[in-house]
Amino acid sequence: MIALEKRPQPSKAWTAISPLVAVVLTMVAGGIMFALLGKDPVEAIRTIFWDPLFNAQFASFSRPQLLVKAAPLILIAIGLSIGFRAGVWNIGAEGQYIIGAICGAAVGLAFYPTESFFIFPLMVVAGALGGFVWALIPGVLKVKFHTNEILVSLLLVYVAEFILASMALGALRNPDGAGFPGSRNLKEYPSAFNAELLPGTGAHWGVVAALAAVIFAYVLFSKHMMGFHVRLAGQAPKAARFAGVEPARLILFCLGISGALAGLAGLFEISGPAGQVSIDFNVGYGFTAIIVAFLGRLNPFGILLAGMLMALTYIGGELASFMLGIPGAAIQAFQGMLLFFLLAVDVLTNYRIRLGKREVA
Amino acid sequence: MDIGGISATLLIASLMVAATPILLAALGELVVEKAGVLNLGVEGMMITGAICGFAIAVETGSAATGFVAAAVGGAALSLIFGLLTQYLLSNQVATGLALTLFGLGLSSLLGQGYVGIRPPAVEKLNLGPLADIPFLGPVLFNHDLMVYLALALCAAIWAVLNFTKTGLVIRAVGENHDAAHALGYKVVRVRLAAIAFGGACAGLGGAYLSLIRVPQWTEGMTAGAGWIALAIVVFASWRPLRVLLGAYLFGGVTVLQLNLQAAGYAIPVEYLSMSPYLITIAVLVIMSAPRKGGNSRASLAAPACLGRAFHASQ
Repeated sequence: MIALEKRPQPSKAWTAISPLVAVVLTMVAGGIMFALLGKDPVEAIRTIFWDPLFNAQFASFSRPQLLVKAAPLILIAIGLSIGFRAGVWNIGAEGQYIIGAICGAAVGLAFYPTESFFIFPLMVVAGALGGFVWALIPGVLKVKFHTNEILVSLLLVYVAEFILASMALGALRNPDGAGFPGSRNLKEYPSAFNAELLPGTGAHWGVVAALAAVIFAYVLFSKHMMGFHVRLAGQAPKAARFAGVEPARLILFCLGISGALAGLAGLFEISGPAGQVSIDFNVGYGFTAIIVAFLGRLNPFGILLAGMLMALTYIGGELASFMLGIPGAAIQAFQGMLLFFLLAVDVLTNYRIRLGKREVA
Repeated sequence: MDIGGISATLLIASLMVAATPILLAALGELVVEKAGVLNLGVEGMMITGAICGFAIAVETGSAATGFVAAAVGGAALSLIFGLLTQYLLSNQVATGLALTLFGLGLSSLLGQGYVGIRPPAVEKLNLGPLADIPFLGPVLFNHDLMVYLALALCAAIWAVLNFTKTGLVIRAVGENHDAAHALGYKVVRVRLAAIAFGGACAGLGGAYLSLIRVPQWTEGMTAGAGWIALAIVVFASWRPLRVLLGAYLFGGVTVLQLNLQAAGYAIPVEYLSMSPYLITIAVLVIMSAPRKGGNSRASLAAPACLGRAFHASQ
């Protein structure tokens, strides 16, 4: 008989090992899935995880893409991890990402065609503010009316998607675009364009912001009182109340900051790699970032690594779709599977497995 | 009967059709939450049911077989959640989200070859003279079997939860799992059964979308219906008959905005399309807001052990 026995303390070793075990298990299960699709599993796994980095033919193109894809994932996941640690579940980052992008792009487009140094910083502020306000909606509703933030933040994603469609077709549509949907392309507007900082690396301002967010979160959790309150509220809500943590302030802090970071991610994406407000601007980074946050154990440096790995599955997935005809949806299923395995392996962090007869209580 | 260019008969009749997928999913989730489990994977189970039902119905040529397959598919997916949360004691919120993300990916993978195909048609039920009653006939008695099955399921769940021992055990497990365990009930098994039932219902709801309501397969076609079903359970204060009310209310809003779009009112389509989501949020706010006593309707009605993991050692 297999029984679980609760550990007095979560195991440090398993906390570190479990993401690796989960990745290996996902590769095995993913390999089986690819085999069922009639593809060579070993080749598929190699195409996804190895070729984008080391294949002589593709690496020069796909290596810079790694940072481009990882930056938004890390930015959003860092914000989410703060809330998840406190037990505040913002799962609508996708919506905050969209609204941040729209606000930032709108500010940039409002100045078109003026060229000035202050336009891009202003867009950054607008992007962060957009995401912040959008995330505060579930925050304020939760504080004032005890509304479930999971449902509200998620439902607002659909609202944000419709706003995006309305903007791309209406208010922000390119006046010189011959009636096609989509705004002016910010790539052709130097003051508003989030260009590559170091040629050939893919590093734009979003990458800088992502690294800054990692350091910010590390300092917050290890040195700052607010970070301590966040951890306390998540681990021992009652003790937190005695320690003087105001739940309302904490909820607004967690949602606000994750919204602002998601908004920033959206702004850097729309002013850089995406270039314009279009109906299909969002590709699910806000949801994938949830997986990134858990895979990184809600730890800033863990999230940095997890974000890179997840970015790799996006790029490798595109490569596998191009080279082997593996459908893009398989990659999405693969990412979902990773979260399952991670959560499953996690049991070993908090529980010990005992073999033998169960004692009669 | 026309109101502002919209036929009331048609409006109510199509309201019942629009509400059915959400009603099915919400009823399933109600039972799951009554047993003390919060499964946020409804959206994932619905869309998996939608493609399972669609694919099997197309392959076999029988919509009925499709619905059975959808229920099996939804239940199978929900058991992954059951295994993780009940045996491996994982966090229910995170696992539910994983289920939704996985379900969305899996469904579009399974649906690769089914885009643009028409499923076998589902006949409307012939209720003879009832359908000829003026107004009531076309409104109430001119639907397919699933509409009535969903209504029957609602009544059955209400009766089982309130008047049978099975219902009592489910509620006991949801209200106080330690006490239920001490009385000798198998908490984990009851919860697994509830989770599988919820998955089957969500699967049926999804298949209703892909086989009858739309009827076609497109990626991500549930478009948040699963999340709205979750919200309706809160709105209903965990009562089956109020779930019916909530689902019909939501169906009404959906159909009304579609009709307004068709009638060409001067409101942009995007703003009409977002209205069901906004109204769901508004309803959630009203139900969750604290009343004078300090507690909200929702917090008083929620099962006490909702979302808490059970481990017999504690």
